[in-house]
Amino acid sequence: MTTIDPTPRTYPFNTPDRLRLDPFYAELRRQEPVSRVRLPYGEDAWLATRYSDVKTVFADPRFSRAAAVGRDEPRARPTAQQTGILTMDPPEHTRLRKLVAKAFTARRVEQLRPRAQRIADDLVRGMHRKGPPLDLVEEFALPLPITVICELLGVPYSDREDFRVWSDAFLSTSKLSAQQVEDYITQMRGYMTGLIEQRRAQPAEDLLSALIQARDEQDKLSETELVDLAVGLLVAGHETTATQIPNFVYVLLTHPSELEWLRNNPDRVPDAVEELMRFVPLGVNAAFPRYALEDVELGGVLIRAGEPVLASLASANRDESVFDDPEGLDLARESNSHIGFGHGPHHCLGAQLARMELQVALGTLLREFPGLRLGGDEQDVVWKSGMLVRGPQYLPLAWD
Amino acid sequence: MSWRVEVDGQTCIGSGMCSAIAEGYFAVEEGVSRPLHSDVEPNDEVVDAAESCPVEAIAVWERASGRKLAPEE
Repeated sequence: MTTIDPTPRTYPFNTPDRLRLDPFYAELRRQEPVSRVRLPYGEDAWLATRYSDVKTVFADPRFSRAAAVGRDEPRARPTAQQTGILTMDPPEHTRLRKLVAKAFTARRVEQLRPRAQRIADDLVRGMHRKGPPLDLVEEFALPLPITVICELLGVPYSDREDFRVWSDAFLSTSKLSAQQVEDYITQMRGYMTGLIEQRRAQPAEDLLSALIQARDEQDKLSETELVDLAVGLLVAGHETTATQIPNFVYVLLTHPSELEWLRNNPDRVPDAVEELMRFVPLGVNAAFPRYALEDVELGGVLIRAGEPVLASLASANRDESVFDDPEGLDLARESNSHIGFGHGPHHCLGAQLARMELQVALGTLLREFPGLRLGGDEQDVVWKSGMLVRGPQYLPLAWD
Repeated sequence: MSWRVEVDGQTCIGSGMCSAIAEGYFAVEEGVSRPLHSDVEPNDEVVDAAESCPVEAIAVWERASGRKLAPEE
């Protein structure tokens, strides 16, 4: 057993700085791969930082998400999520997940690629009309994934101003007050309940109608689960991709030689997307702790039954025992076994959709905007704050 | 008319979708799935499991013809 410092460290260790991963993770991987941390809210936790330990926490059934319900789980936001697919373990979790999994397989997603490309082309035409400088977030990064998930799920695109505001409630740490979070979540659930009633009366060829059918004709999920699942799909279906598009563009613009290489090798966009998924620490900190169901030895320490463990995907993706030159961006990296989409039962349901959208986004932006660059100074980029994820909320771009 | 089932252990992320969808056909141990039988009688659940795998780590073939049944390419 390794000696560990029993005094928990404040976590996150430092104020997040753009997309820079705190170098302290590297020190922990070397010195104290599983350590004690204290988050802004909830009980103290273990934090796993090595690739193999992180995978164990996410995939080993001795670590449970469902056991977090009713506990004061370690977290960065005042309220803890108590329902939904992210608070379930197999087989309950799988019962819900398999209802939607088929809509997100690689093959189904590939069928959506031409449509995503058309949406991206339309957005680019609009950007050329307006001319530089303009904000990538509003003009491209948000409307692309929002349009795709709206069409897939069956949510009217015209309602986007409302649900975009409400969506922040699911990712806010301090951006919104506790009251706002509660209000927005109530409004989002109310909105989705109304939409479900509409589809019930008039089914359509969309995922929402298919889920309603699974509820009404086959009783595969409860009404609450149906609403939670639909809300989860809408929020997760656009927020993360809309955040990663500007993140990826920002990283490329700040790594000019890599950007140049990608321009000259557009067929390598899929590899670039994988490397950027590895390189960008999307989450501000490790979240969604797993509770040990029995005593487990992890990274040389004994986790007692009932203790919560956080696992850092961002740290795992920089593990020097897995990746050559892990701190370097290498868009041509081969056999990239990053876990940017997570691991185990809760591995991102929309991973294939996100991949496809990110490939379309990068490929289109590089092709359509020669000389793409920041439309201002580095200081002009406005970063999100008080959210679970990092990314620009305003990214001004210019081009030739 | 039997089918051949394979799981690519390198690709598998241990999501457990397969063992939940096609009970008795897959086992997830230490975060990696494996088929419990490499030869199975035709069964929709096995195709379902292959189609639902988040990383397409499962392949199903018709043994006699060598035709790939899932995931569709």
